[in-house]
Amino acid sequence: MTEATLEKLKILTAAAKYDVSCSSSGTVRRNDGKGVGNTVGGIGICHSFAADGRCISLLKVMLTNYCKYDCAYCINRRSNDIPRASLSVSEVVNITMEFYRRNYIEGLFLSSGVVRNPDYTMERLVRIAKELRVTHRFNGYIHLKSIPGASRELVNEAGLYADRMSVNIEIPHEASLKYLAPEKDFKSIYEPMGYIKQGSLECAEDRKHMVKVPRFVPAGQSTQMIVGASADTDRDILFRSSALYSMPTMRRVYYSGYVSVNTYDTRLPALKQPPLVRENRLYQADWLMRFYQFKADEITDSDNPNLDLEVDPKLGWALRHPEAFPVDVNRAPYEMILRVPGVGVKSAALIVNARKFRHLNSDHLKKIGVAMNRAKYFITCGELAVCSIADTSPEYVRHQLLAREQRKENTLQLSFDFG
Amino acid sequence: MVIYRFDGTFEGLLTVVFDSFLRKEEPDLVCLYDTALPLFYDSLCDVATDEEKAGRVWQKLRKVISSSAVSAFTAAFLTDNEEFPTLAVRFVRRAVVSAQSIENDFSDPAVLAVLNECRRVRCESRRLIQFVRFQKAVDGTYFSLVEPLFDVLPMAISHFHDRFSDQPFIIYDKARDYGYHFDGEELRRINLKSDGRHLSSGKLAPELMDESEPLYQELWRAYVKSIAIVERSNPRKQRQDMPVRFWKYLTEMNGTELE
Repeated sequence: MTEATLEKLKILTAAAKYDVSCSSSGTVRRNDGKGVGNTVGGIGICHSFAADGRCISLLKVMLTNYCKYDCAYCINRRSNDIPRASLSVSEVVNITMEFYRRNYIEGLFLSSGVVRNPDYTMERLVRIAKELRVTHRFNGYIHLKSIPGASRELVNEAGLYADRMSVNIEIPHEASLKYLAPEKDFKSIYEPMGYIKQGSLECAEDRKHMVKVPRFVPAGQSTQMIVGASADTDRDILFRSSALYSMPTMRRVYYSGYVSVNTYDTRLPALKQPPLVRENRLYQADWLMRFYQFKADEITDSDNPNLDLEVDPKLGWALRHPEAFPVDVNRAPYEMILRVPGVGVKSAALIVNARKFRHLNSDHLKKIGVAMNRAKYFITCGELAVCSIADTSPEYVRHQLLAREQRKENTLQLSFDFG
Repeated sequence: MVIYRFDGTFEGLLTVVFDSFLRKEEPDLVCLYDTALPLFYDSLCDVATDEEKAGRVWQKLRKVISSSAVSAFTAAFLTDNEEFPTLAVRFVRRAVVSAQSIENDFSDPAVLAVLNECRRVRCESRRLIQFVRFQKAVDGTYFSLVEPLFDVLPMAISHFHDRFSDQPFIIYDKARDYGYHFDGEELRRINLKSDGRHLSSGKLAPELMDESEPLYQELWRAYVKSIAIVERSNPRKQRQDMPVRFWKYLTEMNGTELE
């Protein structure tokens, strides 16, 4: 552990930063009283926030950024002339433990460039996880990347130590993937995903009969798609996500706005800025699928294969479906209340509970936490209706809400100028 | 206006409920003994905290609302919102006389207040879990100074006790001048008498640090810096999720110097 480690850590962190996933959620692991650490479950714990506003929950680092592949979108592709480094097994284990003991992190997110062959690389990832769990009795969170092409035996061993595993799909269509990453195909991605899935299902089956069977990747798997590196539409991306979510054990699909790292490669678009708004809209759409009971084909349609960048997808759906509104908050089923723009999962639950006690009016809703400036166009609560979408038109409502947004932005900028 | 004053303790609040039933009054304002009174009021009652009265209200409350509502109520009690005691008394009074549980009647301001204040307090307790930073001292103890908005250290301490059960640590609340010390065996509440600068700045003096400490601090700072994507810089979001008031005790935010 020296100054040299510091330099290596800098290089390998910068190499890992485009991987979005940093969650420490999805499983509970108790401290057995002899080791260090626990995993709390729920929504995970973020210990810090970087200057880009992203949460830091895990030590996200690559074992090495040497890589034999040459994927167009990747900073670590072999044809890039960048500083390369590798951390040793003991260095990674050591930094993880010391960071964890200082409450800097929830655990480790380890990935790696592919050196020599997939199994060689995967074997070293597994060794680190094993050392943490067995030698150091570490009960914190471990997220391991499964290296595409690694053998089933190694994935199965990794699954015994990791809380979560992931294989990044990166591009929603195989043709685009092959164009940008000629050495990869969907088989090399779906195969390890399948190993993880099978491992989990077999383990779940065994645990029905014997409690002593160790858990296998208890927090399931996740994956990631790059947004804006290929010509694929939001509809393609969301349909791919939806298909992935239907796979047992798939917990999260992340979206990563493409940062132009390899500007010289003409297969890639030259973006001045990463497509942050588009990425944000995709996350909102993802939330709609996971928590708001929307289907992928409701969020976009074949006429509008891309998400509206001006309004969020939930509002977009409401504006395309004026016939579904206004929703009567005192009678409508929970699923419909969830669809009202301005009502979130929490306030929807409060509404269906509170309305059992008395008739709710707009004042109640506001106090409960409904964003009335949006919701007012889409609900009725027995009061005199004000300009609901049914009485006016979707265009009118859209215009009103966008104008409001604009005013808000202006005041914000003013306060920055003179603040 | 009917005013009840109490000593600010949880038992005191429950005693207010008991006495208000005894006197057949609905308090309009419940506040601490030393609160300045409004100019005009009808009656004033200074409640003396009584364990037995409080105990009876407590037993009854636990029967009429669910255990999750009870725990939300006790969490909400830690808030600094001065209006909360009045609403809390209204909540308990309504809960104990209602035939059915009122805990989900969120259009009642008192019920909503319990929910909202509980959320604020739990958020602060969660932030403690997020933002505690230990420094390893020469004797092997991991030390951390905190300054939460509310008295949430007792809520969060079990998390640390479970997680770091093989390392001695101290977490000290500077604002309330007490903390917890885990010596590897037992967790005890402590008051530190020392006036060392680590109790004002939160930073261990170099001679008090374990020799490996500066290196890991440097590694951590380098890590936090390297993980950020410059093209996506978003300081507003950073401040939103990690309020600036925590920064002075965060290893990664306060530079390399030790003042």
